[in-house]
Amino acid sequence: MTGKRFWSWLAVAFGGLYFLLPLVGMFDFSMRMQRGAYSFEAYRVVLADPQFQQTFGYSVVLALLTIVLGILIVVPTAYFVRLRFPGLRPVIEFITLLPLVIPPIVIVFGYIRIYNTSSILPLTGSWWGTNILLLFGYVMLSLPYMYRSVDTGLRTIDIASLTEAAQSLGAGWARILTVVILPNVFVSVLSGAFLTFAIVIGEYVFAALLNVDSFGPYMVWMGGNRAYEPSALAVIAFAITWACMGLIQLFTSFSKFSTVRR
Amino acid sequence: MAFLDIQHLEKSFGAMHVVKDFNLGVEKGEFVSFLGPSGCGKTTVLRMVAGFETPTSGAIRIDGQDMTCLPANRRNIGMVFQAYALFPNLTVEENIGFGLKVAGEGKVAIRSRVGEMLELIGLRQLGSRYPFQLSGGQQQRVALARALAPRPQVLLLDEPLSALDAKIRISLREEIRRIQRDLGITTIFVTHDQEEALSMSDRVVVMHQGIADQVATPFEIYNRPTTRFVAQFVGTLNLLEANVVDAAAGKVLLGEVPVSLNRPLPGRTGERISLAARPEIVTLGRSDGDHVVLAGRIADVHFLGSVIRIRVAVEGGHLSLDTFNQPDRPPPSLGTPVEVSVSHRDLLVLAA
Amino acid sequence: MTTSAVSLPASLRPRQVLSWFGVAPFFLFALLFLILPTLNIVVGAFRNAQGQATLENLGKLFSPSIQSAFWISIELSLLTAVLGCIFGFLIAAAITLGDLPRPLRNAILTFSGVASNFAGVPLAFAFIATLGRLGFVTMLLRHWFGINLYGSGFSIVSFLGLALTYLYFQIPLMVLIITPALDGLRREWREAAESLGASGFQYWRLVALPVLWPSLLGTLALLFANAFGAVATAIALTGSSLSIAPIVLFAQIRGDVLNDPHLGYAIAFAMIVLTAIANGIYILLRMRAERWVK
Ligand SMILES: Nc1ncnc2c1ncn2[C@@H]1O[C@H](COP(=O)(O)OP(=O)(O)OP(=O)(O)O)[C@@H](O)[C@H]1O
Ligand SMILES: [Mg+2]
Repeated sequence: MTGKRFWSWLAVAFGGLYFLLPLVGMFDFSMRMQRGAYSFEAYRVVLADPQFQQTFGYSVVLALLTIVLGILIVVPTAYFVRLRFPGLRPVIEFITLLPLVIPPIVIVFGYIRIYNTSSILPLTGSWWGTNILLLFGYVMLSLPYMYRSVDTGLRTIDIASLTEAAQSLGAGWARILTVVILPNVFVSVLSGAFLTFAIVIGEYVFAALLNVDSFGPYMVWMGGNRAYEPSALAVIAFAITWACMGLIQLFTSFSKFSTVRR
Repeated sequence: MAFLDIQHLEKSFGAMHVVKDFNLGVEKGEFVSFLGPSGCGKTTVLRMVAGFETPTSGAIRIDGQDMTCLPANRRNIGMVFQAYALFPNLTVEENIGFGLKVAGEGKVAIRSRVGEMLELIGLRQLGSRYPFQLSGGQQQRVALARALAPRPQVLLLDEPLSALDAKIRISLREEIRRIQRDLGITTIFVTHDQEEALSMSDRVVVMHQGIADQVATPFEIYNRPTTRFVAQFVGTLNLLEANVVDAAAGKVLLGEVPVSLNRPLPGRTGERISLAARPEIVTLGRSDGDHVVLAGRIADVHFLGSVIRIRVAVEGGHLSLDTFNQPDRPPPSLGTPVEVSVSHRDLLVLAA
Repeated sequence: MTTSAVSLPASLRPRQVLSWFGVAPFFLFALLFLILPTLNIVVGAFRNAQGQATLENLGKLFSPSIQSAFWISIELSLLTAVLGCIFGFLIAAAITLGDLPRPLRNAILTFSGVASNFAGVPLAFAFIATLGRLGFVTMLLRHWFGINLYGSGFSIVSFLGLALTYLYFQIPLMVLIITPALDGLRREWREAAESLGASGFQYWRLVALPVLWPSLLGTLALLFANAFGAVATAIALTGSSLSIAPIVLFAQIRGDVLNDPHLGYAIAFAMIVLTAIANGIYILLRMRAERWVK
């Protein structure tokens, strides 16, 4: 009994060491910009950099748009598949797993070949087109997470009865989806959304290969040209990831609470 | 010394004292049931015998050998769990042969023993199935065979029937008893179903808040419970409050009616005690001789088939009584005034 | 599983067409941005610049530089997948079976959620700040223990450094996936095995590992794909000094090296094939391992 506990603590301690040291290292490094003293100078420099403000703002907007578009695509699909086409489930599950299996760089390569300037849909030729392509690419990247979250949420509610009840009150499909279904799976959708945000905000490969100046390429550029700022950026990115995961936890536990209350 | 000997067993989980001074001797080949309400510590005692929990203090001996500190895998004890706990990745045959395999027995020996066991539980054709392909009753039979295959010294069953539906429960309990008798294996059977405990066991241990209240044959437990808890927990009971008139001579006053119990009483003169009567010893109508007779009205009639259970409102409470169904005599209608009688001798005396 | 089209009242049926409109955008989206791009790569790998069928592109894969890039990639992915599985398993076992305080378990699971998503560029920066030439641990080792990490041949931009970095997201991913599976091991199985005389080792060999096998294999395949496709971490960490398959492809697409899109097709195609093989092996083994599941 005590032996088991000893080995468990040992495993956790080693794990803790491996996982905490890089965090300590990056934080330590980010504070060393001024010689001989700890300071937040690197953060000040980064936050004041107009390039940072611009690329970060751009990535935030893009992440939010990704979330909205992802919800618009995934929620109706998951809903109708559960309600009407249970036979399609395996197909949809397979498709939503593909982005985890096919390397993203391969997919973006496909985009570049298909949507280049000499194709029928020359998305890469214009500023708007490139941004739309990137947006859709990110939706595709977030598909596994979004779909799984929403589908898990739908499983916990009885959508058939909810739909019937709403229909008997004269609601149409759009209304059912937005007023009845969405609020009921809101927490699951939020989990998917925060996860999407965490993935999209610092994404590099898609942005770099589509030549878009977003936060990811900005970070790489900084990495190649500065010493201390990259660590500050890493700390910021880590904080964002933490915040997203923390919010997921918060909302999930909140929803558990509210269902118990109900 | 008994074959399985448990002495002064105690168990605490943190501040919670779960098992208190538990003593029990089980003879070789005996079938003993632990009966008690949920949370009274039955499983905990069983798990200490099996070696999954370490007692806080006390000793467990099997066949004279001290087991208290032996790890579970060296005790040679068979265990059957409530939720079957068959290994899902092994077939029925592999499950049954598991104990022999880990003991390093040869393939041939294992095969013949497994065949024997399959024969014993009557599932010859299902040997190559996986657990998920079996019904609950079949799974529990396999679990029994798996526990018995390595010829354990003691068999422990923790509510093995409570996950099954009523019909299978009864047939399987007869089967378990038959197999137990055939093999003559010393067995402890945990249940919170009193019918199960009373019908199957050589002796019953009634447990209450970590204490063994009474250890006796089913007949004794039912007819001569020694504590109020045992009396109330096992079977249905009518309780009547009485005042002691003469403790030594066994005379009490039940309301206005003097009752002579012909035995010394626990309480002192003037104190209140409880008299208890099983429904089947209460009869409708006036009986002469040593009988208490009370007047009342029919409050409720439950027709259960062969037995009719009638509730009569009497002064100070209700009495339940059982009568056998007779085709020519329909049960009395509600509100009918009746008299009921109980033999003095059959009344149980419980401290108030 | 609880709802099926059949069980619905007739009033819901006539507008079947409408519900097709509900799922149509998804399929259109998947077609345009997932399936067609992938197919384009597959087809492109077998065509030359004039659009004729050829195996020439694939042949170019066997040039020494590209071949070695693939080997390094495979080794790196396999190594980090296997090590990620082992270490992740140990941590998950510690928090599920090891009598640790409950809050610690929750903290580790939350942290795993964060760390498994903390990949890409920032992760590379964190490791450079830690194990780089001037990194925290490098300095610590030199000043406190007198160990010269870089003098002993270590470098964060090496294979080993990359593997160490990848493990930072591989291990937590394993923890996240395998913890529920370990929770699914019922306590009674272990106790039944023990009461039948099995040692802890025998229980793991005969019951626990076979039960966990499908999840373990699935995670291994996923971790392999995860490492194989990771580009951002590698680029941010090593620039392009370590030649692994995705970096070669990245360079190809960028046109940094010789601009031969059809070689790019071939590399991308080979990457798909390799992850497909990993998953194919997984599916095959899983079917064998799961005979005993419904
Ligand atoms: N590992 C444990 N840690 C703390 N408390 C425990 C533990 N195991 C059992 N208990 C407590 O000990 C008491 C007795 O539990 P036990 O399982 O023996 O009851 P039981 O008689 O088998 O009940 P049931 O009929 O519901 O199975 C309960 O109050 C239970 O909460
Ligand atoms: Mg119990």
